[in-house]
Amino acid sequence: MLNIQDILETNRMIQENNLDVRTITLGISLRDCCHSDPAVFCDNIYRKITSTAADLVRVGNDIEDEYGVPIINKRISVTPIAIVAESCKTDSYVEVAHALDRAAKKVGVNFIGGFSALVPKGYTRGDRILINSIPQALAETERVCASVNLASTSAGINMDCVKELGQVIKMTAELTKDRDALGCAKLVIFANAVEDNPFMAGAFHGVGESETAINVGVSGPGVVKRALEEARGADLGTVAEIIKKTAFKITRVGQLVAREASKRLNVPFGIIDLSLAPTPAVGDSVAHILEEMGLESCGAPGTTAALAMLNDAVKKGGLMASSFVGGLSGAFIPVSEDAGMIAAVEKGALSLEKLEAMTCVCSVGLDMIAVPGDISAATISGIIADEAAIGMINNKTTAVRIIPVPGKSLGDYVEFGGLLGHSPLLKVNTFKCDDFISRGGRIPAPLRSLTN
Amino acid sequence: MKVVITVVGRDKVGIIAKVSAVLADKGVNILNINQNILDGYFNMVMIAELDGSKVPLREIQKALAEKGGEMGLEIKAQHEDIFMLMHKV
Repeated sequence: MLNIQDILETNRMIQENNLDVRTITLGISLRDCCHSDPAVFCDNIYRKITSTAADLVRVGNDIEDEYGVPIINKRISVTPIAIVAESCKTDSYVEVAHALDRAAKKVGVNFIGGFSALVPKGYTRGDRILINSIPQALAETERVCASVNLASTSAGINMDCVKELGQVIKMTAELTKDRDALGCAKLVIFANAVEDNPFMAGAFHGVGESETAINVGVSGPGVVKRALEEARGADLGTVAEIIKKTAFKITRVGQLVAREASKRLNVPFGIIDLSLAPTPAVGDSVAHILEEMGLESCGAPGTTAALAMLNDAVKKGGLMASSFVGGLSGAFIPVSEDAGMIAAVEKGALSLEKLEAMTCVCSVGLDMIAVPGDISAATISGIIADEAAIGMINNKTTAVRIIPVPGKSLGDYVEFGGLLGHSPLLKVNTFKCDDFISRGGRIPAPLRSLTN
Repeated sequence: MKVVITVVGRDKVGIIAKVSAVLADKGVNILNINQNILDGYFNMVMIAELDGSKVPLREIQKALAEKGGEMGLEIKAQHEDIFMLMHKV
């Protein structure tokens, strides 16, 4: 039997603490769309996406109305384009990106992910074409998101690709400099990428997935912070318990939405991604949870420990609430998308180096980091290599979404708008790593025992 | 389908009567009402059955929201599952 307190608590979470379902992402396999003629291929993928996802937005809106819980985004992920476009007789996939963009606009989703290549060990012809197409594709399209997986615990790090992507990111920034290098906000570089991630910009529909799948990303940093406000001074074991219970409740909402979306769209339920995803809105910040635990500012000593506990407790609480869990699952720390992170950078409490340490214990990596436009491609590659190494050695997903903003320097701000937020530029260590990056080659896969 | 109707706002005369009238008009059967006043704020939770109603939930939500607007109250109607699932293992 329902009791009034539970009902009022649920509605308070939604109305006052920004509880929402961050995304329903429909994964679609494009493996049956291959064709040697690029025009036919583009036509195939457009038809498949627009027919499969025709009802996605309507169903998402219906569920939102019926249950009274906001569903912020409806999105699509597709099979990595480097794989399915490989048999096309062409040397550029920019047209493919346009076809994806048209399909996204037709069905009304705000992002489509999967302009991707998976190259931890090396390239195929399709991988090379895709990576070369990224800058122009992201500059000319609005809703297409790109990602490259260049390292894994089982394969090592593809350092040739690390080097190349430093240049790709610089070029993407240059081609979108009129929009504060917005193109780079749609490009994620992964180590140990997962195949069922519902979150953008890194979502793609992995080759091990079913024909279609519904993956749901939940959110609710504000709900966790509110719960902790009622336990000020309690010991950390108690704090972990509160986070677990709150994560359970948040995830239950995601499970309900995923189940309904799956039933109404007649698409198998894939996974719930147990993530705390912040937004720039006040009261929706992961940094503020860490501060509620007792830090003067996110970035202070103790931040990594607090984040580690938060991340672990969210998973423990969420696991019980859902039949299938996957994706990235953990607290996100995207700087420009989190009001508390932005404030911490502004007051000098949070540095790139501290963020790097934080990525060792949470999902996902150096995310939405705006840096001065004059940093070199090799320095960007060095940052990617460091992050990939953390992922490779620790057997976890890590990612880099870095935005070198042309014409801007320390003290300047960037404004991406909407969920992508705004941010002051972060300071980058400018000692050079050019000779290390220019070596190229591959860092071998690490030991998986003797791991001290 | 069972829905949970929550009414929140400043207390005044006739809230239950007017909300119930909207529901009766739409053929919605009220199963349970729970109400209290906290610091002058009216909190009411109704559980109602929609199966006998020919009106879609969306229209009922709209009629309730309009009535809420007139009376300075926030009135929501949600499928009960969101509450059932969140608070039960």
